[in-house]
Amino acid sequence: MDKFRMMAQILQSNQESFMNGICGVMALASAQLYTSFEFNCPCIPEYNYSYGISMLVIPPIWFFLLGFVLNNNVSMLAEEWKRPVGQRRKDPAVMRYMCVSISQRSLIAPAVWISVTLMDGKSFLCAYSMDLDMSEFGKNVSGHGLSQEDLLRTLAKIPCKHIYDGQHILSREAATRYICCISQAFGWLFLLIITIAAFLIRAIRPCFTQAAFLKTKYWSHYVDTERKVFDETCTEHAKGFAKICIKQYFEGISGEIQSFHDNLHGDDSDDEDDKPATEEDKLMGVRRLDTMNKVLWDWHTCKPPLTLRKPGDASTGQNGDCSMNANKSQDGNVSDKTDLNEGQNGFKHGYLNPGLDIGQSELGKEYDNASFSIEQNGFTNKHSNASTSQNGLMNGCVSSPSNTQKKAWAVYYSKV
Amino acid sequence: LMDRLKLVLQYFQSNSESISNGICIILSLISVKLYTSFDFNCPCLPQYNKMYALGVMFVPPIILFLLGVLVNRHTGVLMEEWVRPLGKRTKNPAVVKFLLSSMLQRSFLAPMVWILMTLLDGKCFICAFSMNVDPKYFTGIPNSTGLELIKIMAKVPCKEDVIFKNSSFRKAVSRYVRCYSQAIGWSILLFFIFLGAVGRVLKPCFNHATFLQTRYWSNYLDIEQKLFDETCVLHARDFARKCVMQFFESMQEDVTVRMPLSSAFRPSTIHNEYEEEEEERLHGITRQDQVDHLLQTWYECKPEPGAMMPGWRIFHLHRM
Repeated sequence: MDKFRMMAQILQSNQESFMNGICGVMALASAQLYTSFEFNCPCIPEYNYSYGISMLVIPPIWFFLLGFVLNNNVSMLAEEWKRPVGQRRKDPAVMRYMCVSISQRSLIAPAVWISVTLMDGKSFLCAYSMDLDMSEFGKNVSGHGLSQEDLLRTLAKIPCKHIYDGQHILSREAATRYICCISQAFGWLFLLIITIAAFLIRAIRPCFTQAAFLKTKYWSHYVDTERKVFDETCTEHAKGFAKICIKQYFEGISGEIQSFHDNLHGDDSDDEDDKPATEEDKLMGVRRLDTMNKVLWDWHTCKPPLTLRKPGDASTGQNGDCSMNANKSQDGNVSDKTDLNEGQNGFKHGYLNPGLDIGQSELGKEYDNASFSIEQNGFTNKHSNASTSQNGLMNGCVSSPSNTQKKAWAVYYSKV
Repeated sequence: LMDRLKLVLQYFQSNSESISNGICIILSLISVKLYTSFDFNCPCLPQYNKMYALGVMFVPPIILFLLGVLVNRHTGVLMEEWVRPLGKRTKNPAVVKFLLSSMLQRSFLAPMVWILMTLLDGKCFICAFSMNVDPKYFTGIPNSTGLELIKIMAKVPCKEDVIFKNSSFRKAVSRYVRCYSQAIGWSILLFFIFLGAVGRVLKPCFNHATFLQTRYWSNYLDIEQKLFDETCVLHARDFARKCVMQFFESMQEDVTVRMPLSSAFRPSTIHNEYEEEEEERLHGITRQDQVDHLLQTWYECKPEPGAMMPGWRIFHLHRM
């Protein structure tokens, strides 16, 4: 139990702390970028405002989008949004939750940039130096003898220390101080507003919809975990698939089909299943190219329902509607299928499938290939012990999959 | 390395108080850093000085306080305990009060650090109150500029202003106001330390037994919530793994796989112990509606803690 607790802690803390870590790194990057950026006000009446305001607004947009790019959950959200309904209904609350949590994390770096910019005051100074109201400084508004345009041009030079020439009209330091002070006031106000908003959202939220929140949190975490587990399983499957494929190839070439075969023929002890069985188990019965393709295709187009079967239930029939499509595609191949199960004394009907089958061998040895052909498919033959006694099917029978599946459905639904 | 990491994680997560203290201290350090990197910019205009200075002295503490409340774990526990429906578990207002007070105490630290820093540094005070100083106590006031007195005094915080060149007036007034500011700062610090010491010393004299009980139950609530979240995480992982496995297995077109046949057909029995453990961890919750129901009930109708434990009844009676 302790091991599992540790695992749970690491899992949970990993996912959250990883995302928080990225968030923090981006916030620091944003602050560092600002300090290392050389702000360069043009000091020209026509361009001051655009430069100042774009320095305030465009980098936050960029950071926000970067936050989306770096967040792994974005692709998960998009996948969940776009997938066909399949057997699992879509929950809009879960998608909203994921969207909101992604946006919240992405908003931190832009907020840091905006607040640092406002506290520093340079961009405000650049943008608004021309809108300065001279009466604030007690200066006589018209006593300087400059035309309106010249006055504007002089005021526009305020942010640039070295070229300001209006010292006799208005002290540059006083104007700078004044505008910076306003800028800082806006900065603090901005911080106060977003902190209050965050406080209201996080601290007051439990007053409303707490139960629904628990649900959406669980299911969004589940979707993430499921995706990771699926990727891991596919990797394991690919490994097992590759190993067995290569092994069978070598054995096929050398003409000796040894240990693998022996164990399957031996019905003396169960222990001998152990060694090859572990790799076989990784395959979970999926042993063909088109079946694996179907697995991957259906994972997106027709996700399984969120209901686990108890062990001992019939395995097929789980994929209700989706298997209809599969049946259609397989009807085309039905004549190609060999239909032996493993463990038989090598009787084969039909012929081997082309393509990436385990057991496909160029030798064409009827006897041996059949025994490790394909997945234990629904087509049995008369000689096989494994025939489903419930319907005593012949091989190649087209209707058999739907029959067995219908019966399996009946069994499944009665148990649920 | 993994072992050490495990140890560190275990240490920190086992003691939620130490995490809260750690976060509190980090927030104070952030507050200090923020103050030192903030470019204080007194406007030196009579109508804006006070507003600016008092704003800088009081708005960041509000922000830091709200941040402190936000990042504290106890806030979530407190809110949940306060708003949950009664269910099978009675509510204990003392626990809620305890959680609230501990959360508030921790959240007040960073704001106090900011305020003390502004007072001890003195810039805010000078900016706000330089106009209230009576200049006749100081020599060297520049009265040749033709500006009103109040405007001159308002310019005292700004070093670079030309009217104060060659005169020690500005420095004298600044020193005077800063001296006041530091005195106030030190006395506030002393007051709070004294208050804390007295509180610590006198607390065991009042209601210690009740205090022990409320502290225990508030700790319990915290741990319970954490454990629930962990169990949900584990459950989700096992649920996902099983779901994926069954998805793969269902892609076979064979119904014989699950039939009680010769062992050669079975997926290996080697997995059975692992499967059993997994089944156990799933606790029989294997469907979406079961999970939803579980989460809904957890909120609406929390079970009585330790209801199955013998002796609970007796303890409960004692508490009344």
